[in-house]
Amino acid sequence: MQLLMFILFSFGAVVSALLMVTSKKPVSAAMNLIFTMFCLAGIYVLLNAHLIAALQIIVYAGAIMVLFLFVIMLLNVQEKEGRAMGSRVLAQLGGILVVGFLFILVADLASVDPELVRAGGEDLFGTVRGVALVLFTDFLLPFEIASILLLAAIVGAVILAKRRIDD
Amino acid sequence: MISLHYYLILGAVLFSIGAVGVFTQKNALIIYMCIELMLNSVNLTFIAFSSFLNDMNGHVFVFMIMTVAAAEAAVGLAIIISLFRNKSTVNVDEINLMKG
Repeated sequence: MQLLMFILFSFGAVVSALLMVTSKKPVSAAMNLIFTMFCLAGIYVLLNAHLIAALQIIVYAGAIMVLFLFVIMLLNVQEKEGRAMGSRVLAQLGGILVVGFLFILVADLASVDPELVRAGGEDLFGTVRGVALVLFTDFLLPFEIASILLLAAIVGAVILAKRRIDD
Repeated sequence: MISLHYYLILGAVLFSIGAVGVFTQKNALIIYMCIELMLNSVNLTFIAFSSFLNDMNGHVFVFMIMTVAAAEAAVGLAIIISLFRNKSTVNVDEINLMKG
């Protein structure tokens, strides 16, 4: 059953990621990316990471992708021309390089310790309480720095959104 | 029982799809989405290792990556909007403001 769910979710994630990369329209790309994120949330549930699965749907699929869709609708871009011919060779070369990298990576993954079996049975693993215990004890300083990062992002977005600084 | 390999290979495949998209796409918005896909595949790897090693630290890293992705989306989309105001295009080939 678990294997069946994994195959289903991973197949959906890979297929919709491929559709996202090959699509010309930004709206359909965004929809495919949202579907990939939902499939990844299902895989997180299989890995007992329930809080992260919820955050994936709420923050990623809910907030970030809605922002993306909003910007796509705001810009209203017409896809008039295809790809420029000049850099096509460069793009293909990049694609070949990346696929070669993938083969090396997959071959390298075969050397990961196969004895590594999921421990399981831990009560707090993946729960809100478990994540919060780690986040607010060992990682308190990075957590506070993350808040400053978000504040800086808000200020930057507001300044960029203003046409010009008047006073 | 699903082996760790399957999760890692899925993460590698998704990362490579995102990297190919960054190389081949011309639309700046789709390039941003490909970057999000790459971040998501790294998240999957973190969660898989975290689950198999029974160590909660991976969850915290995923939390931080989500924060960075949110900040990046906010600032990056604002930059794309202001570029679109100046050049009326999101095609990265035509954006050459930084060219000397």
